[in-house]
Amino acid sequence: MSETAISIRNITQRYGAADESGAVLALDDVSLDIKKGEFLCLLGPSGCGKSTLLNIVGGLFKPTSGTCMVNGRLVDGEPHPDKVAFVFQESTLFPWYTVIENFRIALKFQGIPQAEWDDRAMRALKAVGMASFASHYPEQLSVGMRQRVNMARGICVETDILLMDEPFAALDEQTRMVLGEDLSQLLAATGKTIVFVTHSLAEAVFLSDRIVVMSARPGRIKTIIDVNEPHPRSPDFMLEPRFSELRNECYALLRDEIRATMAAQRDPQPQSAGA
Amino acid sequence: MERSSFATRSVQLAFLAVVAGAWFFATETGSVTPLFLPKPASVYVALERLVKTASFWSAVMVTLTTIAKAFAIAIVAGVLAGYAITRSKLATQVIEPVIAGLFTVPITLFFPMFILFFGIGTGSKVAYGATYAFFPIALNTIAAFSNMEERYLRAARSMGAGQFDTFRHVLLPGALPVLITGMRIGFFICFASVLGGETISSVAGIGRNIALAAELMESARMYAWITFVIATSVTLNLLVYSLENHIRSR
Repeated sequence: MSETAISIRNITQRYGAADESGAVLALDDVSLDIKKGEFLCLLGPSGCGKSTLLNIVGGLFKPTSGTCMVNGRLVDGEPHPDKVAFVFQESTLFPWYTVIENFRIALKFQGIPQAEWDDRAMRALKAVGMASFASHYPEQLSVGMRQRVNMARGICVETDILLMDEPFAALDEQTRMVLGEDLSQLLAATGKTIVFVTHSLAEAVFLSDRIVVMSARPGRIKTIIDVNEPHPRSPDFMLEPRFSELRNECYALLRDEIRATMAAQRDPQPQSAGA
Repeated sequence: MERSSFATRSVQLAFLAVVAGAWFFATETGSVTPLFLPKPASVYVALERLVKTASFWSAVMVTLTTIAKAFAIAIVAGVLAGYAITRSKLATQVIEPVIAGLFTVPITLFFPMFILFFGIGTGSKVAYGATYAFFPIALNTIAAFSNMEERYLRAARSMGAGQFDTFRHVLLPGALPVLITGMRIGFFICFASVLGGETISSVAGIGRNIALAAELMESARMYAWITFVIATSVTLNLLVYSLENHIRSR
């Protein structure tokens, strides 16, 4: 067994006081160990607290109770940019800065010496094939190009851990498949630990070593599915029967949860109140 | 910029030519008395004579200095107040509509109070111009800083940005375009209210000279001053717009 990179213990997240009627239990006693170098997906219906969990690991929120350790250090509602980098949707590139300036600012915020900024930025941009767009503004690029730049921005800070919060959500399906392949290639080489939040089943199966399937609110871990397939993965993996089986398995697990979420969002149905 | 296309410019120039032509014909045919509207040629002569006098330039300096002081005060007060208000969501909700409401009150009504408090000298015009320009600057500052997208702040925080870095690299550049617009509007309101204030009640400056020329029924001289003000205003407008575009397109 390899080392543990992230250790989540009994995390509960509640919004509003426990006795209030509007109180929401977003996460209920979640515990999880994430191994070093592992690619782990958090998969679940909307509102299941998967992004909340990611934000807690990254130190953006402080949980109501429970602890989270990253590389043996307690995360207590404070980001650790030297250890953990976030990749959000492409729209978090700062539109007032060019591509290269976006990298410089990320490196500056992280406290990297100025002498290294351009080297690191260009290396990361080359890795995603965007080096020739360094002096463009984000709005001059397509959504897919922006997301490649955004991924590179997360990689250039060279942290051991990368937290990705639905990074491909704004992309069309073809682009997200291709970017997923690129990501698999890119990350196999770096050996980073990655936690990836998604609600795309195919994305989860294609990218992950393990898929954590979460239940509808309150968020709990329902099952953990192992995907035994070495990285980097070729697109052919998607054509294998095993891929469809895993995808279907995830869907079967999620289906009830999605129904439960939807039922909570519509009018109560009197006839079903019997049992 | 699409608006500066050849066709648009031609229409604008044609409009100016029509106005100038109408002025020329109205005065040449004698259908308007020279007291109300003198001939373009006599206005030109009056302007030529005017710019050669020392009193012209001292009046221009008085007015420009007054505008500069009023505008500087309005920027500092408007931006600081606007920014301070946006630091609290509650303050923004409570105070923003109050400032917007006050801005609809014609502050000209209080001009006599300004004279009362600050005297007939330039002080009252500085205060009046600064007060008028404060509102659009403060309102745009509030809009600029309170519309900051949460996702940029979250991204900056996740990268380890401190408070000052977040302000310098996220809040300020994000707010700048709207901030600049507020300053442009504030500047022209300041320009108009200082000149208006001088015309109503003052002892020096361009507005004072326009009022004086009108009282003495020296129409050509009055129009010479007005022509100078229009030319200055147009020049400043072009300057401010190009400055704004320059900052926006960075």
